[in-house]
Amino acid sequence: MSQTGASEPRDPHEDERPRMRAVVGSTRIEEEIFGRAFDGRVVRRIWEFVSPYRRKVWIAVAAVLVFTLSQLTIPLLISVAIDRGMVPGAPNGLLIGIVALFALAIGVNYIAALVQERVTGQMAEDVLFDIRRKMFSHLQRVSLSFMDKTEVGRLMSRLQGDVNSMLEFLETSIQSVGDIALLIGIVAVMLWLDWQLAVLVLLVLPVLFGVRVLWLTKARAAFMAAHEANSVTNGALAEAIHGVRAVQAMGRAPLNAELYSGLVGRTYRAQLRASKLAQIMIPIVDSLTGIAMATVVVAGGLMVVSGRIEVGVMVAFLFYIQRFFDPIRSLTMQYSVMQRAMASGHRLTEVLDVEVDVTDAPDAVPLGPEDDGSVEFRGVTFGYDPKHPVLKDVSFRVASGERVALVGPTGSGKSSSISLIHRFYDVQEGTVLVGGRDVRSVTQESLGRHIAMVLQEPYLFTGTVMENIRYSSHWASDADVIEAATAVGAHEFIEAMPGGYATRLEERGSNLSLGQRQLLSFARALVADAKILVLDEATANIDSYTERQIQKALERLLEGRTGLVIAHRLATIRNADRIVVLQQGRKIEEGDHDALMAQKGLYSKLYDLNYASFDDLPEAVTDADRAAAT
Amino acid sequence: MTAPQQPAAPAERAFRRTAEIDSRQGVGAVARITRMCFRYPWRAGLAFAATVPAVLMQLAIPVILGRAVDSTLAMGGDSPDVRALVLIALTLLAASVLRGLFTLVQNYAAESVGHALAQDMRNAIYDKILRLPFSFHDRTHSGDLITVGMLDLEGVRMYFSTALVRTLLLTLLISVGAWMLLSTNLVLGLFALSFVPFAAWRSSVMRLTLRRTWLILQEKLGVLSQVMEENLAGIRVVRAFAASDHELAKFDVASKDALDLSHQRIDVRVRNTSAMTLAFFAAMGLVLLFGGRMVAAGEITVGTLATFLTFMTILQMPVRQLGLMVNAYARASTCGTRLFQLLDMPVEIDDAPGAKELEVTEGTLRLDNVGFAYPAAGDRRAVSGISFEAKRGETIGILGAPGAGKTTLMHLIPRFYDVTEGAITIDGQDIREVTLASVRQAVAVVQQDSFLFTTTIENNIAYAAPFTEEGRIRGVAESAQLHDYVLGLPQQYRTVVGERGVSLSGGQRQRLSIARTLMMEPAVLIFDDSTAAIDAGTESRIRGALRDYAKDRVTLIVAHRLASLKHADRILFLEDGRVVEQGTHEELLALGGRYTALHDLQMHRDTDVPDQTEDAR
Repeated sequence: MSQTGASEPRDPHEDERPRMRAVVGSTRIEEEIFGRAFDGRVVRRIWEFVSPYRRKVWIAVAAVLVFTLSQLTIPLLISVAIDRGMVPGAPNGLLIGIVALFALAIGVNYIAALVQERVTGQMAEDVLFDIRRKMFSHLQRVSLSFMDKTEVGRLMSRLQGDVNSMLEFLETSIQSVGDIALLIGIVAVMLWLDWQLAVLVLLVLPVLFGVRVLWLTKARAAFMAAHEANSVTNGALAEAIHGVRAVQAMGRAPLNAELYSGLVGRTYRAQLRASKLAQIMIPIVDSLTGIAMATVVVAGGLMVVSGRIEVGVMVAFLFYIQRFFDPIRSLTMQYSVMQRAMASGHRLTEVLDVEVDVTDAPDAVPLGPEDDGSVEFRGVTFGYDPKHPVLKDVSFRVASGERVALVGPTGSGKSSSISLIHRFYDVQEGTVLVGGRDVRSVTQESLGRHIAMVLQEPYLFTGTVMENIRYSSHWASDADVIEAATAVGAHEFIEAMPGGYATRLEERGSNLSLGQRQLLSFARALVADAKILVLDEATANIDSYTERQIQKALERLLEGRTGLVIAHRLATIRNADRIVVLQQGRKIEEGDHDALMAQKGLYSKLYDLNYASFDDLPEAVTDADRAAAT
Repeated sequence: MTAPQQPAAPAERAFRRTAEIDSRQGVGAVARITRMCFRYPWRAGLAFAATVPAVLMQLAIPVILGRAVDSTLAMGGDSPDVRALVLIALTLLAASVLRGLFTLVQNYAAESVGHALAQDMRNAIYDKILRLPFSFHDRTHSGDLITVGMLDLEGVRMYFSTALVRTLLLTLLISVGAWMLLSTNLVLGLFALSFVPFAAWRSSVMRLTLRRTWLILQEKLGVLSQVMEENLAGIRVVRAFAASDHELAKFDVASKDALDLSHQRIDVRVRNTSAMTLAFFAAMGLVLLFGGRMVAAGEITVGTLATFLTFMTILQMPVRQLGLMVNAYARASTCGTRLFQLLDMPVEIDDAPGAKELEVTEGTLRLDNVGFAYPAAGDRRAVSGISFEAKRGETIGILGAPGAGKTTLMHLIPRFYDVTEGAITIDGQDIREVTLASVRQAVAVVQQDSFLFTTTIENNIAYAAPFTEEGRIRGVAESAQLHDYVLGLPQQYRTVVGERGVSLSGGQRQRLSIARTLMMEPAVLIFDDSTAAIDAGTESRIRGALRDYAKDRVTLIVAHRLASLKHADRILFLEDGRVVEQGTHEELLALGGRYTALHDLQMHRDTDVPDQTEDAR
């Protein structure tokens, strides 16, 4: 057990700067938690998701009202039983009758509670899943530039955290209807029973409300502080776990433990304060309830004695008083819930409102097997931001079955070009043609089948090897998958894994080597069996053995297909039928290797630099290019 | 950037939160947490002490109310005894206020025990995690450890207030209350209490069911978020294969799975709570019916009846909470089991008893017949029979195919793992016999995949020496060829990098990692394939900048690119964990073995031999 306490980290320097360098964890910049309590626009958007369940909402509201009514009836029935059914000389059947009514009330209460809670709970869950699905499917269509800009983590917190606070909101909203009804009901019944006594007792109500609201603002600050301190501490813990190897290697463990202990101490104090504030409400509520009850005892007692009211009424009052606080507590809490929900709802609508800028044209036709595998750029100008084009008036053509290498320094527009073939983005000027048709005139789905793409970073999904290779090519049989894996030379290592093709890949294939992952992604493209293969060659330095394997697989993959390769390796470039050289968004050279060497342009210059791969250019050069390109 | 080359260790599943593992509980953990709570005897004692008067005041209220009703009824219409009423009212008020105050004290003291316990546990967990060796972290999922440190901690923290104190509270409330009712009127008391066993049972069953299904639900939601997260992270693949329908289908399956269970859970909750409410009201109906008859027959007073009814309403909530209490024990048991398992985990790599600091004099590193097998690999050794000596100023290159044991060997020198055979010594001192801290100080590794901390670049560079001069930070950044890049950033050295900061390219990460290792001034500096993402030109500039630096230490370089190694004083070629060839670049080429083969393979594109490029073509 560490007992380091809250001592300061050792610090030989007096001035502030170096001390600040010793930190663990980081201050998490959280998204805004509370918004305005009511935001019409957000509520309208949410209502769109609720409205398919309108009927259920009304049922739930009706049930909650019935439930409240039955709750109100119970003390009344008790009071009637006392005043009528139990007095000496009352007919024997009367008490039984009242108790029968009581039984009816609790029966209704039971059914109403059952209906209300189940309908509300399940409806809220349904809405939550609907919102999540809508967002998820929307994200499948929004422009990739939005996806590039937005962190996955942030999107996930919207898909999960924000959706959850909506759930809370939906559930408690219907409950609130019941709470308001209960509060009004209690007040009304009291006034009806005896308005003077009611007025006396109800005097505590505004006090209770006022205290609660005052308390809430103070308490919320303390709760937030505790929450924040806690999440900073947990963040530091997560950092330690993820970075444990680095921490140990650099001998920071003792210092980090001291620093962490400081964070823990801060959390401890913040949480104690929050506890204190949470508990302080208890004696206040109890005292106010006590005052109300004492009032009933004195004033009500006098009224009973004077015959103004009957004793049952006094008992009923005592019962009602004990029910005061619950609805007030949930109603005041509802305010925070609403603020949270509006903030979340705002973020949800932000995602839902992201425009989809690439959609199928109304008269789009599918690209079919009869369309060839040619690719053509005709005077293409394109920029992620139209003001800063990354491709300027680029034209070239890849005939069906031809193999073309795209070459150029970082930032020259190679990756953007291949994104356009797939119509990830729409061009600003010119036309991109696939199979002789403008990509904007065909369906995106068919375009996807016509072109297979292998990205620089092999990306695998959690699931079996079989599922990963087959991916979305549902038509491929197991035999097809194995054939593809064999063709790219992956069969052997797959078979060597404990479950063969049924082996599950954990965490995106982290149990495989980079080379193996690459081969699997090749196999995936092979199974898709498209006419055109677009490939962004990996830049990472792989060991020579793996590299040779990959080159062989690549040859197999390109067999009989149109190939457009962003090439980094000289071997790949030399094997191409033609080379297109891009620089700062313009096509500057085109031709086969010998022709380009004879031209003595950028290509020959790059080639003569004799780097192992074109991406091995000194970073100083590429950094400058990047700066120029962006 | 190569594969994880160790045999995949069987994942440590003991820290996982699954319904299956949750069902294995131990009483031992609960006992231990209980003992730990009494490390704060004053606060714990206060919580218990305040519980007793809080319960008594709670129970007094129905009695006082009944008294009020009775004395009201006893008064004649013309002579109201105001004094008596006021007295009762004041007693009632006093009881209410005292109940509130004692409850405040009880809850606050109980929670403060929990928070204090959490504080200690947090420090202990953090300490432990940082001390457990690499082998532990290899087999333990980091996400599991995080949940132990967050959720399991929470379960233990809540134990004192939701389990222990609540047990006392409920026991007192129910037993004293029952005794009061039964001694007042046996039959009516039995009716009033008739809902208690049923509600206690339903509530416990419900809580335990909800707990179990909650864990299953979390697993299902985990699958769902994995589907979403992988989709978003791999959105380019999804788009490239026009696979959004496929992805939506995956989403729908995972989503429906979770939604169905979620509906079931709501059902369980609703059915049980409604049943409990019904039982409670039914009991109240019985009291009303039979109590009413007794009142009519003059056997009991109206006040007594009111006492019974009020008492029931007071008892209703705590009885429903019995389930929460049962749940709190179950939770503490499983959470505690996991937590203690972590805290009790033996630290396999630690200072030997009486270990002294490593004294670096000559700065000679020696490996004597070193062998190592990963714990999960049984007898299969990742490296074996490795011996070599390196003196200060020497550079040793290490080469081999993926899986040959290069990284494993490098991890033995700073004692990330302990050798299973032979010994590693620095200036004649076995690294297992000196303090771990001094070994780590003397041996620094630039790791293959370096972890960046989410903080500024300067904090990252100065990680090993946070109290260093500003100038040194610049110096090492310059050596690592990082300085110019940093100057181009908006906030320069104060730019935040890492998970939530500016993202660096692979090459930039590696250069930062080199800079931060240089900071350590070690006697042995190891580059573990840590320049793979750095281009050849920059790498040779780094090498140039480190020429003087290398004079004062032993440098070990693992690399794939021959150019990174050929200047080494000696090159070791590893195959299947053994050194199969060694010598200088020239000697190895003359040997005409594996090294030569690899050299030829890289030759056709090797940058440092320009005159051969033509031949290779």
